Amino acid sequence: MTAATAARASAWPRRLVHALLILAALGFLGLFLVLPLAAAFVEALRKGVHAYLTAIDQPNAYAAIRLTLLVAAIAVPLNLVFGVAAAWAVARFEFPGKAWLGALIDLPFSVSPVVAGLVYVLLFGAQGWFGPWLGEHGIRILFAVPGLVLATVFVTLPFVARELNPLMQAQGSEEEEAARVLGASGWQMFFRVTLPKIRWALLYGVLLCNARPMGEFGAVSVVSGHIRGLTTTLPLEIEMRYNEYDYVGAFAVASLLALLALVTLAAKSALEWRYGDELAAHAPGGH
Amino acid sequence: MAARRRRVLPGFGLGLGYALAYLGLIVLLPLAALAWKASGIGVAGLLHLLATPRTQAALRLSFGGAFVAALANAAAGLLVAWVLVRYRFPGRRLLDALVDLPFALPTAVAGIALTALYAPNGWLGQALMEHFGIKVAYSRLGVIVAMVFVGFPFVVRTLQPVLAALDREMEEAAESLGARRWQTFTRVILPMLAPALLTGFALALARAVGEYGSVIFIAGNIPMRSEIAPLLIVQKLEAFDYAGAAALGVVMLGFSFVLLVALSLLQRWSRRWAEQPA
Repeated sequence: MTAATAARASAWPRRLVHALLILAALGFLGLFLVLPLAAAFVEALRKGVHAYLTAIDQPNAYAAIRLTLLVAAIAVPLNLVFGVAAAWAVARFEFPGKAWLGALIDLPFSVSPVVAGLVYVLLFGAQGWFGPWLGEHGIRILFAVPGLVLATVFVTLPFVARELNPLMQAQGSEEEEAARVLGASGWQMFFRVTLPKIRWALLYGVLLCNARPMGEFGAVSVVSGHIRGLTTTLPLEIEMRYNEYDYVGAFAVASLLALLALVTLAAKSALEWRYGDELAAHAPGGH
Repeated sequence: MAARRRRVLPGFGLGLGYALAYLGLIVLLPLAALAWKASGIGVAGLLHLLATPRTQAALRLSFGGAFVAALANAAAGLLVAWVLVRYRFPGRRLLDALVDLPFALPTAVAGIALTALYAPNGWLGQALMEHFGIKVAYSRLGVIVAMVFVGFPFVVRTLQPVLAALDREMEEAAESLGARRWQTFTRVILPMLAPALLTGFALALARAVGEYGSVIFIAGNIPMRSEIAPLLIVQKLEAFDYAGAAALGVVMLGFSFVLLVALSLLQRWSRRWAEQPA
């Protein structure tokens, strides 16, 4: 046997193994990811397009959509500013306790969403630290929009900071130093030098940060009080409809959020393919 | 170097001050309230709470189920990461994008969709019940299925960059010395992947332990059987047992802290690993 035929003979079983491994991976992804996604849409359309549209065309659904957008519109910018400030401090300067700050920023990722909601109930609830004072002054935080925003901010706090920190560390600060030496003011340096360097990573972080508040369930469920039309976000509307055995209605609302998830994934992949270099060094996990 | 940089670049005080104030208000103050409320029931109260069979069953399911799910994710994640990094086939990029679906799909949507699949009259549930007598939804197995779903991307996303950066020369050396493919994998590749694999495992575990939205729909929430610990917290809150809820919350939070510390140690280990001369 020549060397070439020997190589070909040993290549065959290897090809077979490759094919089997690819098939196994496809099988797992199909079973665990594609099938549930498909189920959400099929169940929503089970009784036809008309029933689907009627299930969405309801005041409660519109109120839930408005509330979900409102909460995300407040929570995401808050975490965006925090993320930039934290990444600036952590990536550009050395100071004692830096590792602790990093761990603290990551903490919300490993806290159960229910615990995230619980802490605000303990703070602002009737038996909580500030509950009585708030009650006297007629300020509602729990079972109202501020509570929903706080719980959402807690859950999505790390996204932007996590995305920016490794990138800014990898980029270094030479250009910013040059801008300062050439006489730029602090804000000029930030808006003209820093921001353009991190804009795609920033968008990426916002994208990830946005998918979560729109779909956050555990934390929001604890602080919402489930007042229909007032404090029910889309995920809570799904739960209420589901528990009322309105399956088509629940899946119809769910399909809206599933669509949002698909759009997020598409935008995220597009960013990764186009601006992969400018997003490099993003740490995995916790998205 | 550091001292010079601090002089040249502005905004250290502003950035750090803002970040610390924000973290203090959003994270630390609420956590302090949690610790304070939990301390209200005292050590004896906490032990009493932990001793009730229902709490024990819920904690066992949350931690045990999450452990099993993270193990399953480590295996499946290794397979998928390997296939995505090492092989070229049509549709690979699409699959790669799909891996993040559990991050993007709201947990409530995942919960009802998985339930529709695995319920006794569902697409898969019916067949599994009739042919194998396996009940998935409304049982512990259903809880684990939901936990596998939410934790899946962590292992893949932690492994991918490490796998892509792996030095092929080591493998070639092993093979030229007569190692079989399987031997190369278990003796050469797997040890190099170990830190990343463990990190992914720990991340998936942390996520699964606290998971609520996707689990409660498929679990059926039968007391003593398929009730998870976060659900007990919600129930205690609904019964206005704030101290009990806080105590359970502290137990779960304590576990998160332990995992966080383990994770940072793991990362230090893997960094040392990467810096080792080849």
